[in-house]
Amino acid sequence: MKLKIASFDFTCCEGCQLQLANGESTLTDFLELLDIRNFREISSERLDDYDIALVEGSISRQDEVERLLKIRRQAKVLVAFGTCACFGGVNSLKNRFRLDEAVREIYGDITIETLPVRKISDVVKVDFSIPGCPVAREEVERIIVSLATDSIPTLPNYPVCVECKQQLNTCLFDLGEICLGPITRAGCNAVCPTGKTACLGCRGPAGELNMPAFLELVRERKLSYRDLHEKLAFYNAFEPVATDET
Amino acid sequence: MKRDYSLDIRHLTRVEGHANIQITVRDGELIEARWAIVETPRFFEVMLKGMSAERVPFLTSRICGICSISHSLASIRAVERAMEIVPPIVAEKTRLLAMHGETLQSHALHLFFLATPDFAGTSSVLPLMQSHPDLVRAGLQIKELGNEISTITTGRCTHPVSLVVGGLSKTPDKQQLLHLRTMIQERKPVLENACTFFRSLIIPDFSRETEFISLSNGSTYPAIGGQLVSTEGVIRDENDYLLMTNEYTRDFSTSKFTRLSRESSAAGALARFNNNYHLLHPKAKECAESFGLQPVCHNPFMNNIAQLVECVHILEDAEELINSLLDSDLAEIKTPYTPKAGKATGAVEAPRGVLYHHIEIDEQGKVAKADCIIPTTQNNGNIHADLRALVEQSLREGKSDGEITKLCEMVVRSYDPCISCSVH
Repeated sequence: MKLKIASFDFTCCEGCQLQLANGESTLTDFLELLDIRNFREISSERLDDYDIALVEGSISRQDEVERLLKIRRQAKVLVAFGTCACFGGVNSLKNRFRLDEAVREIYGDITIETLPVRKISDVVKVDFSIPGCPVAREEVERIIVSLATDSIPTLPNYPVCVECKQQLNTCLFDLGEICLGPITRAGCNAVCPTGKTACLGCRGPAGELNMPAFLELVRERKLSYRDLHEKLAFYNAFEPVATDET
Repeated sequence: MKRDYSLDIRHLTRVEGHANIQITVRDGELIEARWAIVETPRFFEVMLKGMSAERVPFLTSRICGICSISHSLASIRAVERAMEIVPPIVAEKTRLLAMHGETLQSHALHLFFLATPDFAGTSSVLPLMQSHPDLVRAGLQIKELGNEISTITTGRCTHPVSLVVGGLSKTPDKQQLLHLRTMIQERKPVLENACTFFRSLIIPDFSRETEFISLSNGSTYPAIGGQLVSTEGVIRDENDYLLMTNEYTRDFSTSKFTRLSRESSAAGALARFNNNYHLLHPKAKECAESFGLQPVCHNPFMNNIAQLVECVHILEDAEELINSLLDSDLAEIKTPYTPKAGKATGAVEAPRGVLYHHIEIDEQGKVAKADCIIPTTQNNGNIHADLRALVEQSLREGKSDGEITKLCEMVVRSYDPCISCSVH
């Protein structure tokens, strides 16, 4: 039996659902497992019976809340798909500002509805979360295959650092840069530090999180706390931390 | 014939983002034809305020899942021009190659998977996997090549990793470039075969005069930076982007509209083609000729073909760029800089047309103000006007309701609208 699957997007860039169409060489085999019931971006079919709903994006308008509640009633398994769905993502940076002023600044006098950004689990029960900005194609495939074969999918508990070291990268801390690799959940194959840019924590806190040790690392290397706070806030995936200076 | 017709599509499918088409005809008279974008706004220009200049491209790339490289590079160009940073030549070439990769995957996604089902009369590409397996395979191979170019040049095909202010954080190694070159050479015949299929399609006969806007640098087919030009003879400096766009809002759309010399204008592959035909690779010109496509073409459905022509151009140009990178020393990849105050515009040709980021940096090296104008925003007015003209023409020709509905959906898809991008 094929897995009846549907994909829905809310406030986001739609980059995560696009990953489903990547991995072109294995795509045809992957699609063999699936019965795609509703996927607006690629198909005009719209069917309401599905087992798994992939939900991408965060929630920032009332009509989205209602659409999401309906999907929750329909789906056996609801998956928060990507960083915006799991944590609010970059959209949450909007919440630092007064929304009426933001609307006036961008749209002038016309009426535009917008709510503070929320993650999916703030609105409905989430059965499984796949973080990533964007999600990692291989991980998605692995998790969906697990769901299709009735086994329980898991995410790595260890931090990005582990994957980064496996790739023999020079540690960005040694190059004088704050990288969130030591505190972020692995599963991305350390793609950012491998490209020599800092991990910004899109996959959220690792299961084995040692924040005090991480803050000590930043302190002893005399790195910028301003930079630290900007990085921790980027995807809204970490609780704010207190430091001596900001 | 006095007839009634109404169309109310809520959330058009096979486009990126949420938008509606609403059309009302009463007694043979077109009352309303509306292209209404209802996507939830994200307020990126607000989010950017206070962010360090170096982090800007990492945030703006998240405006769009399809053209994240274009957003990243528009921001990088704006910040570099604002802070007077000149990136090394290797970085410039690698960035161009990255743009090619992105445009290739974006055009392939649109042409083969979003647009072709209309021409083939199916609801999605999935039935085509049975009926036209070679075509689907070709589409996947071209798209895969685009993604591979993006991945090798930027670290990841969506939301680039190694494109940074000042240059690159990492370059591809020569082994990877050789792999890309082989892949390009292998896939040229695949694209040629696909062109044969596209030649068999019937492109709707419809034309409406409009103004086409794109970048132009006079020496190469446009990608990153240049003058702003239009088919009406307007020429502006990159920093004068506001004079080119004249953005305005409509109360039924969360995406804005723009205008220049006329009521509306168009950006995208056909606009680039119309303004820069002479700079296309000879093989791309040959391809255009085989479709009877010549500048200035005013048929919006031909934007599909202009995308195909650009794919041919990209494969040739990417191969040349790779050869040139293979002959270069890839050591110098980033210009060191100290953040300083300034403001500038970065314009790039995203797959769907000219994209502007304007960024002001304060004394602390943080964003004081940002403005992003998206290609689809620049096409909204044209989509609106095309729907009107298309419905009127179809009524005159006595087309059935079903035919009109299909044509309306098709003309919107021809612009390859990136709706979530346009409501940033």
